[in-house]
Amino acid sequence: MATKEYSFYPGCSSERRSSASNYMVSVNTMCKTLDIKLNEIPDWNCCGASIGYADGGELPRHVMNARNIALSQQHNAGQDIVATCAACWLGAKESVERLSKSEQLLADTQSILADVGLKVDIDEKTAGGVRHMVEVLIEDFGYDALAAPVKKPLEGLKIAGYVGCQTNRPFGIDGESFENPKYLDKMVEVMGAEPADKYEQKVTCCGGALAFSEPEKSQAQIKDIVESAYDHNADMIVTPCPVCQMNVEVYQENINKTYATKFDMPVVYYSQLMSVAYGSSAVDAGLDGQVIRTKKLEAIANK
Amino acid sequence: MTATDMSPTEKYRNNFLREVEAHVEEGEWVKMCMQCGVCSGSCPLGNAWQHPPQELFMMIRASKRDEVLASESMWMCTSCYNCITRCPRGLPITHIMHGLANYANRLGLAPKMNPTRRFAKIFWDNIAVTGRVNETKLSLKLYFMDGVVTGVKRAFAMKNVGLGMLRTGRLNPFALFRPGGIKGKRDLQKMLARAYDIEDKRKGFN
Ligand code: SF4
Ligand code: SF4
Repeated sequence: MATKEYSFYPGCSSERRSSASNYMVSVNTMCKTLDIKLNEIPDWNCCGASIGYADGGELPRHVMNARNIALSQQHNAGQDIVATCAACWLGAKESVERLSKSEQLLADTQSILADVGLKVDIDEKTAGGVRHMVEVLIEDFGYDALAAPVKKPLEGLKIAGYVGCQTNRPFGIDGESFENPKYLDKMVEVMGAEPADKYEQKVTCCGGALAFSEPEKSQAQIKDIVESAYDHNADMIVTPCPVCQMNVEVYQENINKTYATKFDMPVVYYSQLMSVAYGSSAVDAGLDGQVIRTKKLEAIANK
Repeated sequence: MTATDMSPTEKYRNNFLREVEAHVEEGEWVKMCMQCGVCSGSCPLGNAWQHPPQELFMMIRASKRDEVLASESMWMCTSCYNCITRCPRGLPITHIMHGLANYANRLGLAPKMNPTRRFAKIFWDNIAVTGRVNETKLSLKLYFMDGVVTGVKRAFAMKNVGLGMLRTGRLNPFALFRPGGIKGKRDLQKMLARAYDIEDKRKGFN
């Protein structure tokens, strides 16, 4: 298969020594196997995240995203934009949608971009070209093509597919339901592991940014998400979202203190499962980045 | 006095719905709500909402301006988008919640000590200057927003989280001393300043 190229929007959390740097490591490994070339948008900026609304308002947020789209159109012309972070994807796509529907917002945005020598092309079709990495994997490759390079099937692992919110709503993956999306389970299966397909917390909210500002309330959410994975005898949780990954992984110790639980549940990215199944080392799958080590996956990688 | 010189309260006296339609993100949708309650049952932090979305929409129509704008409720929105995918009338509820919070905040009527409001401000200040999130500064600013003593306590309570991230290479202690960010930060600051200016004029904040 020929190399597939995309304009890549990695997002703040993927940077070196940031909270999702391990995600990035595994995405690079996975893309090497699948022959995907990611052309980083030069000098991209933050999407404003969901929490940006309070101080950022509307136009400032759209302007931030429009700068990225403009840079992508200028430097990576004709390529779909791919984001690995759910919030980046949502932020960028939502801005494009809104700008395509409001002449005034678009005119304001163009005039602001023109001040710094940029311009953006936006119509109803532009939003379709802003995609999440799992969308690309499923639509441009398909499950069979994703299964083809598997060298070490993840046999004996039971995995709870935690889709979360923003990879799933409001845009989601074509053909999947919002309440019970199946694609993560299918990806788990294709990698040779067993999905915990009755895992009922798969689209529960982890609290998102409110994990910082309302820690007790968010940790109550996270407790349900982890507990149910135990109830379904899962060895680990897998997720496509950096916010979900961090929230569900790193607060387990605090939750143990509050609720006298004994959580020690690894939380990995789909790209880490795929990297290991494709034969990478634990380090190339970013597994040394897990706060809660996932020994069973490491064992397969080291086999 | 012309209509444009008047403050929102004067201009829309007793008609908060019209004020919301004119100034709040996606506010023109509020009148479409049929009060079915599906959204209210969808919020993850539902118990913490004194007035869930359905109720806020009812209060807007009843012109309960002060109660709505001073409410902590919309600050409990986690941006989970459950409501949007479920509302039978297709209201963009998430955005209306964001819009109400933003409007209250810009008017200075939002609850001053609400933790999410304060975090959101720290977050925006963090990205608007350099163009990218500096996670190290963001967490420390948040812990220490109520002074050193509380800050040390909070940081201590979270120390295992921080140490875990540090050990696994997911937190950069040196980022504290580096401005970081994008090359085009001057351009971005200029763009944001103008965007604020235009939005302020359109929404009648100055
Ligand atoms: S779900 Fe929609 S129609 Fe029903 S109460 Fe909420 S906003 Fe109104
Ligand atoms: S997006 Fe906000 S308003 Fe909508 S269900 Fe989630 S928390 Fe509630």
